[in-house]
Amino acid sequence: MAIITVQNLRKQYGDKIAVKDVSFSVEEGEIYGIVGRNGAGKTTTVECVAGLRKPDGGTIHVAADLKQQVGVQLQESAMPDKLRVGEALDLYASFYANPASVTELLDEVGLDPKVGFAKLSGGQRQRLSIALALVGNPRIAILDELTTGLDPQARRETWDLISRIRERGVTVLLVSHFMEEIERLCDRVAVIAAGTVLAVDTPAGLISRTGGVQRITFRSTMPVESLKSLPEVHSVTVEAGQVTVTGDQNVLRAVVTALPDSAISNLKTETSSMDDAFLALTGE
Amino acid sequence: MAITTPQVRRLTLVETKLYLREPAVIFFAVGLPIALTLILGGTIPDFQKPDPELGGLRPIDTHLPGVMIILSVLTCAFSLLPTVLVTYRERGILKRMSTTPVSPGTVLGVQLVLNVVMTVLTTVLILVLAHLVYDVPFPQAPLAFTGTLLLGMVSTFAIGLLLAALAPTSRLVQGLGMAVFFPSLFFAGMWVPQALMPGVLRTISEFTPSGAFGAAMIDLLATGGTEWRHLVVMAAWGVVGAVAAVRFFRWS
Repeated sequence: MAIITVQNLRKQYGDKIAVKDVSFSVEEGEIYGIVGRNGAGKTTTVECVAGLRKPDGGTIHVAADLKQQVGVQLQESAMPDKLRVGEALDLYASFYANPASVTELLDEVGLDPKVGFAKLSGGQRQRLSIALALVGNPRIAILDELTTGLDPQARRETWDLISRIRERGVTVLLVSHFMEEIERLCDRVAVIAAGTVLAVDTPAGLISRTGGVQRITFRSTMPVESLKSLPEVHSVTVEAGQVTVTGDQNVLRAVVTALPDSAISNLKTETSSMDDAFLALTGE
Repeated sequence: MAITTPQVRRLTLVETKLYLREPAVIFFAVGLPIALTLILGGTIPDFQKPDPELGGLRPIDTHLPGVMIILSVLTCAFSLLPTVLVTYRERGILKRMSTTPVSPGTVLGVQLVLNVVMTVLTTVLILVLAHLVYDVPFPQAPLAFTGTLLLGMVSTFAIGLLLAALAPTSRLVQGLGMAVFFPSLFFAGMWVPQALMPGVLRTISEFTPSGAFGAAMIDLLATGGTEWRHLVVMAAWGVVGAVAAVRFFRWS
């Protein structure tokens, strides 16, 4: 059953249309991604869902108490410098009727309750922000650009944290412009561009829409011109001894069958990624 | 939301802790006015001379504590209160709170109460210490004195809130606050007592919130009464400031 339903959402600031026509629905317990470039209308969309902005058109239905059961992590939100981690969580826990255990949450995000906000690193601030979004024991967590500005290590830790959130049965609405994050975490994704939804699918579904193009590269001691005649192959290029072949899902098998093992070295394959899928969808 | 709910109690506790963790806050709002009262009162001989025009009272009985109490109120009104609120808005704290069951208006309320309590505490300390050290008499009309003090806070805090509503950044609100703070101290008689100001300047002073506040406080310390027009000026600024602040204030 859908826990969030958005239909024909429209929002403008003065003359500027931030969201033109966005519809999607989120099922209970899934991690739902909203992806798009900067300025595509992602943040405005989720801020309307969170009740922070009033839509100019369309309907939003959230099957939960917006204040009590929806936890929100906003882009670039900070705390007072001298507020300690534990104090922040205790304070926000006191706001809710049925809060989570602050001790368990601290353990989960791996933060020291005695450290002041000013002394936290970017990753720690982001984890505090997520913990604050979860401290009310929400049914829905809305997370906006949660790994922007984090180093790869901090980013991976944050992703692990989000996966654990799902295990608690929390529905997550995740805004991102980071494809690896979407591919790794999301059950379904809505791709937004210029305030409209271009596609809704699973990450794998979006990737397969690009035709499942595969790219393989290798070095060869034998001529490779003959590969062009194989039905699985789309193109063959040779540059400084490096051969690049693109083709359909069976191109790898076709190439290694056509050439003797001894002729091939440094073989690598690349499957088209969310990045390719996103670029194909948004027309670039 | 009732002030007895656990949310508001917790918020008050946390905001008080944060307030007290800024040593500068305690210094400027509490320490400085008290220290200046004691030091200036003891080192400038004129402050201790009985003035026939004040019925034999000394400036240390009237002008000095009056102006120092206003120094504390203005520090809170034009510096501490607007800076905290704009910083909270700038950092998205107010916006974040508006996604929780507790309204960000509660933070504003807690901050107002905190600053009122700080200035009342400073006022009591100034009066008690000046009484103990320099034998300064307590206000003859405590109720009228307290009422005027609170009215002075309403008028200056309302302007402080208006500054917080108009300034988009914490840096700007600090600058604006100082630009209002120093002239306000001047009009209150910090450097030149209103009684010694030239006629026009004195009239202008009496129409500013801090000038009316200063005139009323010094009157009350000297005679136990003051003129209605001072109270009307303060109330008018309070209403205008508050209405404009409500009109322009943004949570995010």
